[in-house]
Amino acid sequence: MKLGKVIGTVVSTHKLESLEGLKLLLVQPLDEKGSDAGAAIVAFDVARAGEGDLVFFEAGKEAAQANPNGWFNPADAVIIGVVDAVNVAGSSGKAGRR
Amino acid sequence: MIIARVLGNVVSTEKHPQYRGYKILVVQPIDPQGKPKGRSFLALDGVQAGIGDRVLVVDEGGSARTVLKDEGALTVRTVACGIVDRIDVESKE
Repeated sequence: MKLGKVIGTVVSTHKLESLEGLKLLLVQPLDEKGSDAGAAIVAFDVARAGEGDLVFFEAGKEAAQANPNGWFNPADAVIIGVVDAVNVAGSSGKAGRR
Repeated sequence: MIIARVLGNVVSTEKHPQYRGYKILVVQPIDPQGKPKGRSFLALDGVQAGIGDRVLVVDEGGSARTVLKDEGALTVRTVACGIVDRIDVESKE
């Protein structure tokens, strides 16, 4: 699992049946201080996240298991939750829309 | 398994139902000497770890479900499964 920030949405009309109905969001991975940690990825959302939200996401084959259309799908990243606060010594602790 | 230090925790209310009831740790991978190595990430807490603890972390779904004793936790992948008391390594010199 990693922290990330939702920086946009992705719209795709022509896609696999198993990905239909999913909300696709662009997520910028972050470290515990809120600095960028690698390139942005596309993840589907099961946590009602929106643009600007601090979230945590799961990547890898386990992500496909969260797809409401069933496990047989090619998703490799899913937003699992919206972060209310990050409690780390030296960090601001502030979360949510920035 | 990797060795990591617990930096803190993350609070989340709106989340996938499989993650309810678990503490989410912010962990920083370290080398045997305690130096940070690579980027921090998140892990569920399977061992009642606290800030500053050195923990063993598994990053694989099947192992994670075993640690949590929850066969239904299909999306879970990263879990702290032990607290490190001591590391003995041969000196490089």
